[in-house]
Amino acid sequence: MSATHHEAGHEPHVHGHDHGHEHGEGGAAHGSLRSYLIGFVLSVILTAIPFWLVMGDVLANHKATTAIILALGAVQIVVHMIYFLHMNTHSEGGWNMLALIFTSVLVVIALSGSLWVMYHMNTNMMPSSAHEMREMP
Amino acid sequence: MSHSTVTAPGAAPEFYLKHEHHVENGTMLGFWLYLMSDCLVFAMLFAMYGVLGGSYAAGPSPKDLFELDVVAVNTAMLLFSSITYGFAMLEMARGRKQATLIWLAITGLFGAAFVGLELKEFAHLIHEGAGPQRSAFLSSFFTLVGTHGLHVSFGIIWLITLMVQVGKHGLTAANCRRLSCLSLFWHFLDVVWIGVFTYVYLMGMLR
Repeated sequence: MSATHHEAGHEPHVHGHDHGHEHGEGGAAHGSLRSYLIGFVLSVILTAIPFWLVMGDVLANHKATTAIILALGAVQIVVHMIYFLHMNTHSEGGWNMLALIFTSVLVVIALSGSLWVMYHMNTNMMPSSAHEMREMP
Repeated sequence: MSHSTVTAPGAAPEFYLKHEHHVENGTMLGFWLYLMSDCLVFAMLFAMYGVLGGSYAAGPSPKDLFELDVVAVNTAMLLFSSITYGFAMLEMARGRKQATLIWLAITGLFGAAFVGLELKEFAHLIHEGAGPQRSAFLSSFFTLVGTHGLHVSFGIIWLITLMVQVGKHGLTAANCRRLSCLSLFWHFLDVVWIGVFTYVYLMGMLR
């Protein structure tokens, strides 16, 4: 156990030096041509599939199509974060990632909370007008 | 962490000093925090659209209004502008001023095409009587998509300003920092657009 500790202890330093050097020159993180092209190709694929699914009316089941395009959208957001916005756990000493995680938590709470509460408001509240009364099932 | 300081006491101080120096110049972190707050603005607008998106007030629904061909072209414009901005950043890192300016100009043209197509779509909707005052669905639609379009428009103004700056003063450290900020802003807007075309346009057609 102590031997592995020794090795693990050294690794962050080597990594940290690399990182410091890389950023010392440009002042800010920037990717390579390869990483931009990988991100672009992945984005094109992840954009084309949902448009094809909806425009071609490929799946008869609309619920399944909705789930697939939402999942592909989420994956594409991660692809953009990594390849275009150069997100990683060590830029700005990890504060970028911390802010992103904090914001994501707030976004999830606000979005799911709003949709959940307002859905139940709409379905459980008494109808407020004669027009809505007629629409009742 | 305590292990690392024990095993390598000599290397540690040098690294941490360097690191702290990097954090001290906090422009990129500060701009990132701005983007996160902007992200919250868009999250609220998405939540509003999610709540009101089905309230048509006996008016037109997404299926009657949206033309996915135009949205697909719009999405392509924004995606192309993202990659060309990436090329501009690569040329900036190499210190080539002319190539940076050319890629920035191409990015600006793609951005302008995006805003132009969006304005055309808005004009078409309003002309058909499906303006923001028609129903709660259309009010939230115009607010969400319009806010994104406004961000892109301001991004283009910022882009032109920086092109003038780079043209006049070259790729100085300050200009490179500004270009990096705009890079984050531009790619962030593309990320928001992923949410818009998925949640508003594609899911609107499936409702």
